[in-house]
Amino acid sequence: MADFEVPELKEYPVVPMPKDGVMSHLSPFVAKPEFQEALGYPGNKVQKEGEDPKYILIDGWKEKAIDKMGDLLDRYRGFRVFMDSCVKCGACTDKCHYYLGTNDAKNMPVARQDLLRSVYRRYFTFAGKYFPKLVGARDLTEDVVDEWYSYFHQCSECRRCSVFCPYGIDTAEVTMAAREILAHIGKGQKYDNEIIGKVFTIGNNLGLPERALADSLEGLEEDIFDDIEVPVKLPLDKKGADILLVTPSADFFAEPHVDGLMGYAKVFHATGANWTLSSKASEAANFGLFIGSYENMQRISMRIREAALELGVKRIVYGECGHAWRVGYSFLNTLAGPFDFLDQSYPIPQHICEYTKDALDQGLLNIDKSANDDMVLTFHDSCNVARASGMGNYPGGQFDIPRAVIKAVCNNFVDMEPGTTHDATFCCGGGGGLLTDDLMELRVKGILPRASALTNAVKENGVTHMAAICAICKSQFTKVLPYYGFTMDQIVSVHQLVSNAIVLESQGEEDNDSDDDDAEE
Amino acid sequence: MPIEVNGKSLETDEEGYLANLNDWVPECATVMAALEDQELTESHWEVINFLREYYDEYQIAPAVRVLTKAIGKKLGKDKGNSKYLYELFPYGPGKQACKYAGLPKPTGCV
Repeated sequence: MADFEVPELKEYPVVPMPKDGVMSHLSPFVAKPEFQEALGYPGNKVQKEGEDPKYILIDGWKEKAIDKMGDLLDRYRGFRVFMDSCVKCGACTDKCHYYLGTNDAKNMPVARQDLLRSVYRRYFTFAGKYFPKLVGARDLTEDVVDEWYSYFHQCSECRRCSVFCPYGIDTAEVTMAAREILAHIGKGQKYDNEIIGKVFTIGNNLGLPERALADSLEGLEEDIFDDIEVPVKLPLDKKGADILLVTPSADFFAEPHVDGLMGYAKVFHATGANWTLSSKASEAANFGLFIGSYENMQRISMRIREAALELGVKRIVYGECGHAWRVGYSFLNTLAGPFDFLDQSYPIPQHICEYTKDALDQGLLNIDKSANDDMVLTFHDSCNVARASGMGNYPGGQFDIPRAVIKAVCNNFVDMEPGTTHDATFCCGGGGGLLTDDLMELRVKGILPRASALTNAVKENGVTHMAAICAICKSQFTKVLPYYGFTMDQIVSVHQLVSNAIVLESQGEEDNDSDDDDAEE
Repeated sequence: MPIEVNGKSLETDEEGYLANLNDWVPECATVMAALEDQELTESHWEVINFLREYYDEYQIAPAVRVLTKAIGKKLGKDKGNSKYLYELFPYGPGKQACKYAGLPKPTGCV
């Protein structure tokens, strides 16, 4: 199955001895010039006859890389602080799933940061300019660029290391800065940049055109009707709807994501909500975050604002997508605000789990928990929800609310061991723009800590299924957990569980709309 | 690596997908399958042909769900499931079958 060694699961966590360069061979495919240019980056290509094209650095790359680093240091105060403030205490070294899974010394967060920090010192600090050897400063060379390209694509920007850093150094910010510099000298990553290009031209990461989207939604309506004989709708571009749902396009396409989408639709149906999806904002994901590009992140976010205005909605609700929720919760207002045209009495934006939790609390959902009795559930906290955003209006809501939803629809729930959940959660191994086949070795190795914790939960508590609220996590798990003896269908969407348990009236539309928040105007 | 089909050299991307979708002829599938030590049976062709029809209409590969439903309708319920499709295309019906059918690889969080 694999042309690399799949790590062995251990009963308890073992901090491996560091090995030098065992992952230096791994780099993702480089973006073609046309994918680079669509995002405002330069590209360069050489091709010999009868050979595959090579994508190479642009002319004057060295000066341009240093200039870009200077630009980012000026723009992002945090980045400069992170470059200056590491004291090499080592607290982060064994916190990274990629280090634990690969044993490569450069996958220790401090070592990864130092790949960039050493160059920062050389060109931006007094000591590094005049006494480089004394302070570990090094010249920027093509080998250094290659090393950056490899190891800054072995970080999923999950920020677990930052939780343990006494200085709060945010490794994700360092990785994002490195990727932004690389993109500016012709070395953007194919997977991320091709996808962002599709968002601009077609509207979503998948490249799902409007007609195909409409057809998919119709198919899902049929499937729900065949299943429960209730006409649950999945409206598209419905003007005058109250709620715009933005969700990862994987929800229209992949398993178990699509089961989650049907769950959202059933919840909206049960609450009598007047809601819609948008063909323009048919993607919640925002890969601009992953590549550290403020400009692209903003351009992607603007589609959501435009769709909300065009459709005249009052609320925006996000489906199950980890990093989209980070961008939505933490940055949407500054990227694409102000959202003064929305109803201010609701969170802007609101997470689907918050919406469902409110509906449960108000007794609007008729739930038969026994529908999920064939499963013992656990919950994977997705990094961008757990560590980079909140939910509800109190600290820690992002941990409680998804669990509260699961417990409200399932009888059997157990958490995985502490230290692997909540803000110490392990990355799925495929986040941060690394969910691509060319990085499969990294994905298989990086899932190790999560796979270990899950295996323990299976052995000790009889866990049969793991739920998640992130499209990347779900895809990574269904694809990669089988390397560790799990089956694809052991991964479920949180709203898939809701979908299983919710009981809808089979006689036409509900007529019990109360004076609650979801009443139609 | 370019592939040789009917004496013509066709450009592919890093993962072996056709660079130009219009280059596709049925022999492409046979050549690509041979490179992966797979033999194409009538059952494989049923899937490949459906993928191409769907792509012609919608400009994207169908979701696995759509594919299983369509195959189930056409060939009977016992074949309308992803297990059947994974048996035919062990690397995933979405990716491997798309490649043979000359379709671009589905991207995103899938």
